[in-house]
Amino acid sequence: MKLINKKPSSLVDKPMRYCPGCGHGIVHRLIAEIMDELDIRERTVGVAPVGCAVFADEYFNCDMIQGPHGRGPAIATGIKRSKPECIVFSYQGDGDLASIGMAETVHSAARSENITIIFINNAIYGMTGGQMAPTTLLGQISSTCPAGRSVAVNGYPIKVCEMLAQLQGARYLERTSVSTAPGVIKTKKAIKKAFQNQIDCVGFSMVEVLSTCPTNWGMTPVQGARFVDEKMTPIYPLGVYRSPEQ
Amino acid sequence: MAEKILMKGNEALAEGAVRAGCRFFAGYPITPQNEVPEYMSWRMPEVGGSFIQAESEVAAINMLYGASATGIRTMTSSSSPGISLKQEGISYCAGADLPIFFANVVRGGPGLGNIAAGQGDYFQSTRGGGHGDYYTIVMAPNCVEEMGNFPRRCYELAEKYRVPAMILADAILGQMMEPVEFDFELVDPKTLKAPDWALGIAAGRERRIVRSYDLREGKLELLNLERMERYRKIQEKETLHENRQTDDAKLVVAAYGTSSRIAAGAVKMARDKGMKVGLFRPITLWPFPAKALAAIAEHVKNFLVVEMSMGQFVEDVRLSVCGTARVDLYARPAGVPSADEVFTEIEKVYQGIR
Repeated sequence: MKLINKKPSSLVDKPMRYCPGCGHGIVHRLIAEIMDELDIRERTVGVAPVGCAVFADEYFNCDMIQGPHGRGPAIATGIKRSKPECIVFSYQGDGDLASIGMAETVHSAARSENITIIFINNAIYGMTGGQMAPTTLLGQISSTCPAGRSVAVNGYPIKVCEMLAQLQGARYLERTSVSTAPGVIKTKKAIKKAFQNQIDCVGFSMVEVLSTCPTNWGMTPVQGARFVDEKMTPIYPLGVYRSPEQ
Repeated sequence: MAEKILMKGNEALAEGAVRAGCRFFAGYPITPQNEVPEYMSWRMPEVGGSFIQAESEVAAINMLYGASATGIRTMTSSSSPGISLKQEGISYCAGADLPIFFANVVRGGPGLGNIAAGQGDYFQSTRGGGHGDYYTIVMAPNCVEEMGNFPRRCYELAEKYRVPAMILADAILGQMMEPVEFDFELVDPKTLKAPDWALGIAAGRERRIVRSYDLREGKLELLNLERMERYRKIQEKETLHENRQTDDAKLVVAAYGTSSRIAAGAVKMARDKGMKVGLFRPITLWPFPAKALAAIAEHVKNFLVVEMSMGQFVEDVRLSVCGTARVDLYARPAGVPSADEVFTEIEKVYQGIR
């Protein structure tokens, strides 16, 4: 019999605690598959954030570190500069990366740290129970903007790829989505490039993945996927924002 | 004999860390410690280490969190407001058992305060500093030579017990120049054994996780109890202090850091006038040399605490003598007393002793 698919060895064999319809599990698996394919599992160090993906340190079968909210890029910087032979990635949500950790995001990009950032944008705080994120859409309801996000009170959502694209140090920026099967395949390609860039010492690489949070959006998983395609993608257009070939 | 070098306190501190094997420094400018990152910016590349001027103190301490998790000797430095910003990260290091080393070149506070010397960060340093239940080993130099020699001891203790360790200095110690003789051989980091918890190349071993949390029911307390046992051992074995002329003393002045240098001058003035006055100087502020102080209190019934803060250090003195002696306080919050002023206080207290 021919083996056509298996669990990546870069993923620990244990059940994940993520909700039904959540995108974290998909992206975890993609990262693990890429670690296997690039044969970098034994020299990869991952940084887990604060938020739902705090548990990422239990799921990836590589050295892991979990640190303070938003500081992933600083922690990754410390590891990479101390152990340049390691492949270092930081896995972060939207509150982590674009709110409390915005300074670390911008400055690690400005320094063009040779690290890989996986940014999960689901437009809401998941772990704490559905509060407004810096990426929450105008009109979108959250537990801290129950009438919907308004410009007058909350201002505008932050478009991270567009913003970082202004920085010379940001070598590779791409926004993808895991709401559809083709989107998952494109996401894998983008994340693989972000890791390959680090192997090739290209500098700062980040993939922003539009993801789902049906639990805190008050939707079914199917409705959640549709929300990404119909509501999020027009505000956060998919595509390559910077590439090393530019 | 090692060579004597005339150095500024901040430079001695940086060079001492380098000689002790530090190969990663991240920091952010703040007066009066700027000479530390400035020195490290050229010295680190010279020894094959990394220097980063971070975007903030918060980023700097988190860079240290990552770097020290790879098992190398790391350092950050700052001054009071900057150390406040680092406290969350220091708490994480304590919670993840990472042996980081940092220095606080204290300035006047609270708030922006001023850039002159102060000792107002005593509570913050000796009572953990950040959130949660933890301690940091605190060494308090009182001369430039100690600024240069204490980093090595901080690294050794931090690694032995897997706790953060710090040097608590101040603007005077950071800025003044004195001769320094390094009392230890240059440490080659390559000769240090890689710790069995360090992250990095995992070939041939199980994956490792560095973290400061455990959400499982009842498990966090077990971690904390184990750490508490380490703290108890540190308190039992690692205190350092200095007694001067305490054996026949009727009054002992207690002071640390810069205050102890000034107090030593005042004690000499008192001795010259025939007054039986001694000096107790803790070198480790945590663990506090409580037993050594209690031993003095067996025959000395009067203490005068001199500190450049409102009455923080005095609490540890009172806890140590535990009601067996009278403890007076000369507090100069963000003020630097002269030896004459301290002598006047000594005279006042001494005259009241029957």
